Amino acid sequence: MLHELSRRQFLKAAGAGLGGSAVAALGFGGAEEALAQAVRPFKLARTTETRNTCPYCSVACGVILYSLGDKSKNAHPAIIHIEGDPDHPTNRGTLCPKGSALLDFVHSETRTKVPQYRGPGEKAFRQISWGEALDRIARLMKDDRDKNFVAKNQDGVTVNRWLTTGFLAASATTNETAFLTYKVVRSTGILAFDNQARV
Amino acid sequence: MTNSWTDIKNTDLVIIMGGNAAEAHPCGFKWVTEAKAQRGAKLIVVDPRFTRSASVADFYAPIRQGTDIAFLLGAMKYCIDNDKIQHDYVRMFTNAPYIVKEGFGYQDGLFTGYDEAKRDYDRSSWEYELGPDGYVQVDETLQHPRSVYQLLKKHIAAYTPEMVERICGTPKDKFLAICKMISETSARDKVMTSMYALGWTQHSKGSQNIRSMAMLQLLLGNIGVRGGGMNALRGHSNIQGLTDIGLMSNLIPGYLTLGTDKEVDFQTYMSTRGFKPLRPNQMSYWQNYKKFMVSFLKSMWGKAATPENDFAYQWLPKLDVPGYDMLRYFDMMSQGKVNGYFCQGFNPLLSLSNRGKVSASLSKLKFLVVMDPLQTETARFWKDEGVHNDVKPEAIQTEVFELPTTCFAEDEGSLVNSGRWLQWHWPGQEPPGEAKTDTWIMAQIFQRMRALYEKEGGAFPDPILNLHWPYRQPEDPQPDEMAKEMNGYVVSTVTDPVDPTKIVLEKGKQVDTFGQLRDDGSTACGCWIYAGCWTERGNMMARRDTSDPANTGAYSNWAFSWPANRRILYNRASADIDGKPWDPKRKLIEWNGTAWTGYDVPDIAPTAKPQDVGPFIMNPEGTARLFSRGMMKDGPFPAHYEPFESPVANVMAPKIRGNPAARIFKEDLAALGTTDKFPYAATSYRLTEHFHYWTKHSHTNAVLQPEFFVEISEQLAAEKNIQKGGWVKVSSNRGAVYAKAVVTKRIKPMICDGKTVHIVGIPLHWGFTGAARKGFGPNSLTPFVGDANIETPEFKAFLVNVEPSNGPATS
Repeated sequence: MLHELSRRQFLKAAGAGLGGSAVAALGFGGAEEALAQAVRPFKLARTTETRNTCPYCSVACGVILYSLGDKSKNAHPAIIHIEGDPDHPTNRGTLCPKGSALLDFVHSETRTKVPQYRGPGEKAFRQISWGEALDRIARLMKDDRDKNFVAKNQDGVTVNRWLTTGFLAASATTNETAFLTYKVVRSTGILAFDNQARV
Repeated sequence: MTNSWTDIKNTDLVIIMGGNAAEAHPCGFKWVTEAKAQRGAKLIVVDPRFTRSASVADFYAPIRQGTDIAFLLGAMKYCIDNDKIQHDYVRMFTNAPYIVKEGFGYQDGLFTGYDEAKRDYDRSSWEYELGPDGYVQVDETLQHPRSVYQLLKKHIAAYTPEMVERICGTPKDKFLAICKMISETSARDKVMTSMYALGWTQHSKGSQNIRSMAMLQLLLGNIGVRGGGMNALRGHSNIQGLTDIGLMSNLIPGYLTLGTDKEVDFQTYMSTRGFKPLRPNQMSYWQNYKKFMVSFLKSMWGKAATPENDFAYQWLPKLDVPGYDMLRYFDMMSQGKVNGYFCQGFNPLLSLSNRGKVSASLSKLKFLVVMDPLQTETARFWKDEGVHNDVKPEAIQTEVFELPTTCFAEDEGSLVNSGRWLQWHWPGQEPPGEAKTDTWIMAQIFQRMRALYEKEGGAFPDPILNLHWPYRQPEDPQPDEMAKEMNGYVVSTVTDPVDPTKIVLEKGKQVDTFGQLRDDGSTACGCWIYAGCWTERGNMMARRDTSDPANTGAYSNWAFSWPANRRILYNRASADIDGKPWDPKRKLIEWNGTAWTGYDVPDIAPTAKPQDVGPFIMNPEGTARLFSRGMMKDGPFPAHYEPFESPVANVMAPKIRGNPAARIFKEDLAALGTTDKFPYAATSYRLTEHFHYWTKHSHTNAVLQPEFFVEISEQLAAEKNIQKGGWVKVSSNRGAVYAKAVVTKRIKPMICDGKTVHIVGIPLHWGFTGAARKGFGPNSLTPFVGDANIETPEFKAFLVNVEPSNGPATS
């Protein structure tokens, strides 16, 4: 019976264009049989499914990303569809007006795609290489830290803080990103450390 | 959340105040619908606007923004006056019977110990009276005049229904109808849940808004039970996680705190973190603090953290102020005291108060680094966009880097939802263009910094040179590696002290729980509350078992819930003093004579006798606090204070402006407006079609809600001759914005203290990048002042003027 099949198996069966009799054997009647024969193979059946969660609010609805490509080496997956994960206990496959349009967020024209730099007084960004950007950032950080690091306060107490550079962390990065960020930022002595929960 | 989204189905009454779940958390709100449909639960909504949550409520009442405390103290008074509290719960599970020291008092809006010049309190009188044995003095009859219960009754006596109407503008009959509904949940078999969000936090007394409801829930016996609790809906997908992991000025992962200048060494630091029990036999869980702290230091500095150097305690920076929160830091930036700033997925030009000040502050930086998957306004704060960003690029000397990052769809790892579930996700495609993961970027910056210190030396390089970096590819650490670090692992084998041939913990293995952590350096753990998330059994966060025995809504084998996979916090309080569930139909855990058993991981030692050990084990009292001692900066009880910009004076204490213990910088105090020029009470809010400043980059959402608007009542529109859909100029003492006017019946004028108050609603989704039309956000208008305790800016209540306009082009 249909409910004993997983949704994925069903998609595969339907998408592979199995004959109407096979679909009928799954519990469909005559009308559905005719319909199944008329419908061209469901294009999502050839995609790769990936489990993810919506990046917006904190309900954290389960979503399924459908990508072209089978994730094998040299195949470049591209997401062509996103929908709610019916197995997820909270959202049970549903999504709100924001989550339903996630595909447009992923493929937004105004996503950042290359490192850019704007110098003092300049009116536009220009592209730079990652190496150039990262070398310059590390240099700026170190110079500022070396100049302004406070090893001891006025009473001679060891305080090891760096107050002239600060770091705002995100609201949607992973815990793993957060922990690595924490380690790096704290090891430098930065105290002006905050995340979006503040506001 | 103390509970979870799926647990809301167990409730009898939902109160949405300080939030708008139907629009801002639509798929979570479905559990409210479920409770209504399946068990006849009722929904109350209290909000200045008739929101979509209100449109499906059983009862709606308006309230003027910034007056929730008066409403809730009034509700507490109603419950006590009408004998509608859960007496046994209050007597045994809260500090109601505890005696407070002589000398504590409250008068004219101030508690004892106020120092006007410092805008702060000497909180020494806000304490319990301790007996010679060191335990707090108790009067089980609750009759002692200095018992918390009697002090609370006295404190809330002024909040009569008439006073609530005068302050809040909520009609008395509506207020009383809501009180009656709320009070019915004092029965042992009735439960209310509180759902709130930024509508409560973004006030100069946000923490006390939330405390007020927590106190009401305690009086009703609704904390720790299925269908109850205090449920912060939380605004972003992982602000829970980022806060858990301590990405805040004063935090260490797992809600440990950094040392201050006064804590000169590790011993001094630990001396104030002993948390000695305040009642006999009580378990005070924070007594394990040192195990969590030492294990954290081991995860930071590995072999370099030794008993001899106090596990490198001195390598952590110390605080000379309570915290370098965003408001303080941007104020320092405005004074030219900051050189460098990083924004990792954060857009402060639109999300911090007083945009004019934010823009001027960023202009004083030497360098700004923005890492984001989207082209943010912050990365372009120097760009002349006409009225939408009126700056002179040539005058701004800041170097700006915009680094492209992955978004959720290209990244792997875990996020923590509002119900404390850590859920793992996987990438579905590769990053666009040259975009990289944030972890790669952080590792690259760190590797380069470390190389420079190795080569050149420099200011105190030890914490950088010795940072524990055990990753397979040092230049690109992978998510599983950090997840395992946070879970914790055994650094050196621990044997049984009685029988050394028995191995208790084996070197190199992942720990199962935080109960295994040690304070001698033999374990490392990045974030103790996440222990159990990635054990020797694998990645617990990736679990996808949808079974739910007895349909409790717990889903205990789906993902991992911190702490210890516990789904409902304080669940010991779901059972009475003998360990029997208050409501057998809503059983969570139960004492079987020798141990706690049931549907959830007990929030108490599994064999702790119910009569001996109180349920709130994170408090040294073992009970929940109706009186918070000296732990809140602005009072041990909540009190009504007006917003810093209010349309009416504080009727309880006319001389007090705003929250008397909230910090406000001199320049920002001077920038506050008054009703003569800015007569209307404004508030900010979200739309269901948009998420912050992100979805304006998404074509579909930009089409659904293309353009910035403000929402006003028909009465205000008529008074000011504003046409539906016409342009208006909205101004505060700090700035002005242009918007289309949406004239609705959803907002109505209110009568507060005999005066008509007009409400102006300002949604927050537009800027000058993305697919939507260019527009503004409320932060062009809002004041630069935060909550007294945690410095969340007051975005939800401020003063504006509204006038008809010809729009931005010709104005």
